Amino acid sequence: MSQQPGTSGLIFNEPQLWDKSRKGRCAMSLPKLDVERVELDKTLTGDPPDLPQLFELDVVRHYTRLSQWNFGVDSGMYPLGSCTMKYNPKTNEVQAARQGFASAHPLSGDEFSQGALELMFNLEQYLAQITGFDAVTLQPAAGAHGELAGMLMIHAYHAKNGKQRSKILIPDTAHGTNPASATLCGYESINIKSGPDGILEPGTIAAVMDEDTAGIMVTNPNTVGFFESNIKKIAEIVHSKGGLVYGDGANMNAIMGIVKPGEIGIDVLHLNLHKTFSTPHGGGGPGSGPVAVVKALEPFLPIPRIKKELDTYKFITDCQDTIGRIHTYYGHFGIMVRAYSYILSMGAKGLEDASKLAVLNANYVKESLKGTLNLPYDKPCMHECVFNDKFQNKYHITTMDMAKRLLDYGFHPPTVYFPLVVDGAFMVEPTETESKEYIDQFIHAVKAIAKEAKTNPEKLKKAPHLTKVTRLDEVSAARKPCLCG
Amino acid sequence: MKEIDDLNLPDNVKYSKDHEWAKQEGAIVSIGINDYAQDQLGEIVFVELPEVGDTFEEGDEFGSVESVKAVSEIYLPIGGEIVEINDALEDAPELVNDSCYDKGWLVKVKPEDDSQIGDLMNKAAYLAMLKG
Repeated sequence: MSQQPGTSGLIFNEPQLWDKSRKGRCAMSLPKLDVERVELDKTLTGDPPDLPQLFELDVVRHYTRLSQWNFGVDSGMYPLGSCTMKYNPKTNEVQAARQGFASAHPLSGDEFSQGALELMFNLEQYLAQITGFDAVTLQPAAGAHGELAGMLMIHAYHAKNGKQRSKILIPDTAHGTNPASATLCGYESINIKSGPDGILEPGTIAAVMDEDTAGIMVTNPNTVGFFESNIKKIAEIVHSKGGLVYGDGANMNAIMGIVKPGEIGIDVLHLNLHKTFSTPHGGGGPGSGPVAVVKALEPFLPIPRIKKELDTYKFITDCQDTIGRIHTYYGHFGIMVRAYSYILSMGAKGLEDASKLAVLNANYVKESLKGTLNLPYDKPCMHECVFNDKFQNKYHITTMDMAKRLLDYGFHPPTVYFPLVVDGAFMVEPTETESKEYIDQFIHAVKAIAKEAKTNPEKLKKAPHLTKVTRLDEVSAARKPCLCG
Repeated sequence: MKEIDDLNLPDNVKYSKDHEWAKQEGAIVSIGINDYAQDQLGEIVFVELPEVGDTFEEGDEFGSVESVKAVSEIYLPIGGEIVEINDALEDAPELVNDSCYDKGWLVKVKPEDDSQIGDLMNKAAYLAMLKG
């Protein structure tokens, strides 16, 4: 595998469907009208929808060609930091496509959905066991939705205790969605600065935590890729003032099977099944963001909840303190089947190994590229490592130029310019599912690009060169967007 | 990005630590972001401004500028009432890059306290702050 994966090849152009549309063209033929035509009242029907008129092959070619322009983890390495773009095993798809699951209907009722209910009940139990919490809801549709559900529970908890609070602490190394979730609950976000080694210091929290503060939202491991090793002390400080600790579990892939967040002072945690538990991520989703809670927060979980009585399962909704429904029906069931399939096929030992290998791979990338790219925090990392473009700035090459050039080498670029605490961040998360050979190819590509930054900076500034479209004019796209069909 | 010595920092405006400028014009003070800020942000694609009539304290966030890289809050260097906003930025946010002290001004403020502008930095003090 000494050859780089990126190369040129024949790629088809494809116009927009509107440009292919021809009046009267259609993908089906209807029987001739054999009754008298009756016009419906115009006020009832309105204008017909304005849709492109196409025949079947137009549509098939259109989407086949678009799919060939796509890049996914099935086609190449996708080291997008903070996103855990791990491989999605095909067995997950096989299980989710089983007729009993694929044809299940949410209105069939408990009686005819026992298998689906059992799977959801068991998945809740597994996730509770993996995270060390007492109860789980599977309903939230994605990570940020899980955050919102979790924060609504914290809000409901304080309301139930008789005194609502007004603020929430959010470190600068937390996920960007955290302040939005807190704001939707009516809390004011107080930004907390991390210490010089990239993690939170208990003293900083102690200085601002008071009895008007609802709690803290901690991403652990954080977005710089470090484990918040002071988490227990921080939780004690927050709890001593009556606050709660929200754990953003988006980075659970570093600690699954090793650390149980429920045992280190966290009160509520969301998981991203589409990151840690190998369900499709991004356009291939939908996502799923289950939330796990300690006993004290269990009464506030969204409804419906699943209850097991003897050997039957049923939904219950008579939960007095619940925050209510947060999703139609019961969340994204097809995704739950895939995550369940992953957990059962990996087993407890396999999940632990996945995290260990994810951390090992990230540290391998970090050590291999140290010296090629600047490493703002030089210490062992968790499942991702953060570089920046400081070494390349003297050639007027930025992180963006290097990310674009990586496309020519056949790799999806890493996360860039995030986290904000690192100027010009270049955040790599290789995940456990890449082999050493694939990771070495990536490392080789980054080294080659760093060399080009010195010898041929103009080439980087205009990259990518081999892709279907080359460097996009993002400024014009943002200033003068064309949003019409 | 520009070297500090290449920055355009006129003598006839005052500077804040958050890289805004303020210029007294009779009873009104014009506010914008300075050359260092627009250069660091890169090409600006959207500017969010307050409503005329809004009032702010010194140091309050009064809007944001969005570049291809990031969204950044902008802070009012003096307290007061917004008496005019630069409507032209809605269709032409690039004015902030091309003409940050002139056509790319953001808001005009009626100060609550005329002495506040005196507390802002002059060019020499601001340059000294940038050089750290």
